[in-house]
Amino acid sequence: MTGHGAPAFDRPATPATVAVEARGLTKTFVLHTPWTDRLLRRGGPRRIHAVDDVSFTIARGRTLALVGESGCGKSTLARLMVGLETPTSGTAWVDRVDVAATLSGPEDAACALRRRMQMIFQDPYASLDPRWRIGNIVAEPLLEQGLILRTQAPARVAALLASVGLQGADVRLFPHQFSGGQRQRISIARAIATGPEFLVCDEPTSALDVSVQAQVLNLLVDLQRERVLSCLFISHNLVVVRYVADDVGVMYLGRIVELAPKAELFVAPRHPYTHMLLAAVPDLRSPGRERAPVLGEVPDPLAPPPGCAFHPRCPHANERCRVERPALLPSGAVQVACHAVQEGRL
Amino acid sequence: MTGPLLEVRELCVEFPTRRGTLRALDGVSFDIAPGEILGIVGESGAGKSLTGAAIIGLLEPPGRVCGGQILLEGQRIDDLPRESMRRLRGKQIGAIFQDPLTSLNPLYTVGRQLVETLRTHLPLSAAQARERAIELLRQTGIPAPEARMAQYPHEFSGGMRQRVVIALALAGEPKLVIADEPTTALDVAVQAQIIRLLRGLTQAQGASVMLITHDMGVIAETCDRVAVMYAGRIVEIGPVAEVIHHPAHPYTVGLMASVPSLADTGGRLAQIPGALPRLDEIPAGCAFHPRCPKASQRCRDERPELALVQRTRAACWWPIVKSAAA
Amino acid sequence: MKERARPTEPRTSATPVLPLRWRRWFASDLWVDFVHSPLTVLAAAIALACVCGALFAPWLAPHDPFDLATLDLGDSHLPPAWMADGRATYPLGTDDQGRDILSGLLYGARISLTVGLCSVGLSVLIGVTAGLLAGFVGGVVDAALMRLCDVMLSFPPILIALLVDGIGRLIFPQARDVLAIAVLIFALTFTDWVRYARTVRGSTLVERHKEYVQAARLVGVSRWRLLRRHVLPNVLGPVLVLATIQVGQAIITEATLSFLGVGVPPTNPSLGTLIRIGNDFLYAGEWWITLFPGAALVLIAMSVNLLGDWLRDALNPRLK
Repeated sequence: MTGHGAPAFDRPATPATVAVEARGLTKTFVLHTPWTDRLLRRGGPRRIHAVDDVSFTIARGRTLALVGESGCGKSTLARLMVGLETPTSGTAWVDRVDVAATLSGPEDAACALRRRMQMIFQDPYASLDPRWRIGNIVAEPLLEQGLILRTQAPARVAALLASVGLQGADVRLFPHQFSGGQRQRISIARAIATGPEFLVCDEPTSALDVSVQAQVLNLLVDLQRERVLSCLFISHNLVVVRYVADDVGVMYLGRIVELAPKAELFVAPRHPYTHMLLAAVPDLRSPGRERAPVLGEVPDPLAPPPGCAFHPRCPHANERCRVERPALLPSGAVQVACHAVQEGRL
Repeated sequence: MTGPLLEVRELCVEFPTRRGTLRALDGVSFDIAPGEILGIVGESGAGKSLTGAAIIGLLEPPGRVCGGQILLEGQRIDDLPRESMRRLRGKQIGAIFQDPLTSLNPLYTVGRQLVETLRTHLPLSAAQARERAIELLRQTGIPAPEARMAQYPHEFSGGMRQRVVIALALAGEPKLVIADEPTTALDVAVQAQIIRLLRGLTQAQGASVMLITHDMGVIAETCDRVAVMYAGRIVEIGPVAEVIHHPAHPYTVGLMASVPSLADTGGRLAQIPGALPRLDEIPAGCAFHPRCPKASQRCRDERPELALVQRTRAACWWPIVKSAAA
Repeated sequence: MKERARPTEPRTSATPVLPLRWRRWFASDLWVDFVHSPLTVLAAAIALACVCGALFAPWLAPHDPFDLATLDLGDSHLPPAWMADGRATYPLGTDDQGRDILSGLLYGARISLTVGLCSVGLSVLIGVTAGLLAGFVGGVVDAALMRLCDVMLSFPPILIALLVDGIGRLIFPQARDVLAIAVLIFALTFTDWVRYARTVRGSTLVERHKEYVQAARLVGVSRWRLLRRHVLPNVLGPVLVLATIQVGQAIITEATLSFLGVGVPPTNPSLGTLIRIGNDFLYAGEWWITLFPGAALVLIAMSVNLLGDWLRDALNPRLK
């Protein structure tokens, strides 16, 4: 933990305040190439560092949003946090319980942990089993965890559906009979069924239309407030994130490059990539916004640039940036991984 | 040329199904002037892609145009035989679709596809076509175009592929480019690049663009005029700044309010209650009345036509009129 | 917030009597598609008629062709009833032993359908299990199963059937009818399960990564329950279509084997055996002994194939 002068949200936390924590989370995927290929190329197995030494904390009842373009590892990070993937190194904690260790350990502890964390997925069309009725879909977590009897299921499911704004009478319908926005609500109902404390939302509104997105985002914010959920919100859209997040982290090629409270990030972004993301979003009602030139594309994750991963696209890159990887260090109230910021050039 | 480049009058598209005929487009009318960028915006199922497909003649059966006219430079094109339509496509009307992965043939090099398109529409020799292709690639911002000509589509990234698609669409020097969600499948930074490119190139060539998208931000940055579609009809059409800042139709008002923006304080997002009606359940009268806070009996009975309200045209019996010039 | 997505139910005069479940079925896309395709309805009717005929053979057949006591050699070689020498009691004529062709058809269809349906059923069972395991577990299990499939696919099915049949006769020299049928079913299953395994493996690989499976894993559903309750129902679609078409194929293969003499013994002939027996008399001008069993075979196989074709198109969401 950092010492004096640590930013407010990174103070060594008391048990009551920190709900979720990640320390040095890393996940590396090894590409399976045919051995003939490897023989001919005479190299080692190719690796993708999907998540590379990521650390953050989420206080109870607050939302951390992670933003980045495709390939930055945010979905992998989401799955690491709920135990759908096991980290190559580093740890994820939910209420000081080690996620990976508990889920692979004794069944009771694992079951208890699963009850406390849930996830909402991106694709409303693939996140519900097309052959199950939605009543059964929403009841599955409750029955699987043994929280209710089968006879009590209909009443609970009806209540859950009502809390997300759907009719209780729809329990007998199949997912394909609902629209994208409604399916996402069903996913939300399923996620909050077991009364979790930690909710991971993996781009829940990316596949939805604008007006439906508004409904779903409002619903998420309301639910979080009512149930005091700690939330990890993954998105590629910085503007959407402003409505749901308390703190925002920006990811690039598996690393966090900036981590700041919402107010700070949008008013005074530090990292050049954050500048670029903010500038790139076409905004409806901000006339005459300063637009920085947008350069290049996200590099191939199989061959990340040495040193700072962003340097090929950065207008402020110098020799040090090409060689040395910047660490995530505090700079005022935020944490930034940028040599230019640390050297005072920005 | 003084008249509009493209005129669409009362276009109707329907889909016969065994449960009855579904009207997907119902009386869509608009014009595009030469050199203008018109945005067509709406939510999924509103019919915007269908409009583009009907104009370029790529409606998938059993869908068919059942009424109305489409005129390009004063000539009707909706009733042309297939061969004439094929020649029109690419030469007069270029198309850019959403998914660059499937827009390019994976079995041919990019250079070959470009040269083939160029020689189909322009009287060029092979060498001239190759030169022109390299020039097009350079214009779309692809570095080292000579080397890239020999590469296959899978060797390009998503943004690069979309640039190639734009090059292909502009190869025949069309007067009208229909771009159907050209940036939806791309990352946000690349989106900005592609939009800027599209705008720059079409302005240089003097082509008009019909930009179909659900992203209001892209419309705000790119278009001159915008048409808002709902349930297969145009509910409002006008200059971009007016439609965004002084919308007259309640749906447009709700839509603009629900778009997240950096200019807001970041509180709650405004939302429109209810959902888009299904094609077989479109309400009589004004299609929006079940969700409209101002609906009256007249809205339930009579379907409104587009009428001038201040500076935009809106199809509403009770359009919202701002008293002060905000 | 009122959001409804009710499917609209068509109102017909027949519906008030039927319970809701039936009404929903008759309103479903599948049924409406079926009813509007006359060829499919015809095919289904024929297939149903064949199955019923085979099922109720003992009651429907005018004679029992296997009861030696009722056979009369004097009645042999009689042509069908509508021809000059034919008799009404033998509508389709008799063969060289005096057995009624029509009765032989019905009993023979029994055997053919039994072999066809059992071999396909068994193949589906083995194939789907193997495919699910290979797709879900992956790794060595997947590799081993797929290599096994590759090996199996390189054998021509008829030759394998001949081999298995031969070995069967070696082990059980006094092969009784039931045993002969069992060996036949086994022979057909031996190479047939592979196509189901491959299809299911492919679908499983796709479904496994879908988000609803992830969501169930998150809740703590065990792997086997995941496979059984979530993955299996979603991969069965193509299997159903394949199986329907395979029934026709299996019946023809069985007929081929019987024709070659290695199938069901002539004391309890299947359609193939009947065709073989009749083949000997074809050049003598007694065409009915081979034609009617042949026609019956074609009819069954074709109607089942048409049904399978329709099912494949009806279940294909992209054609909608």
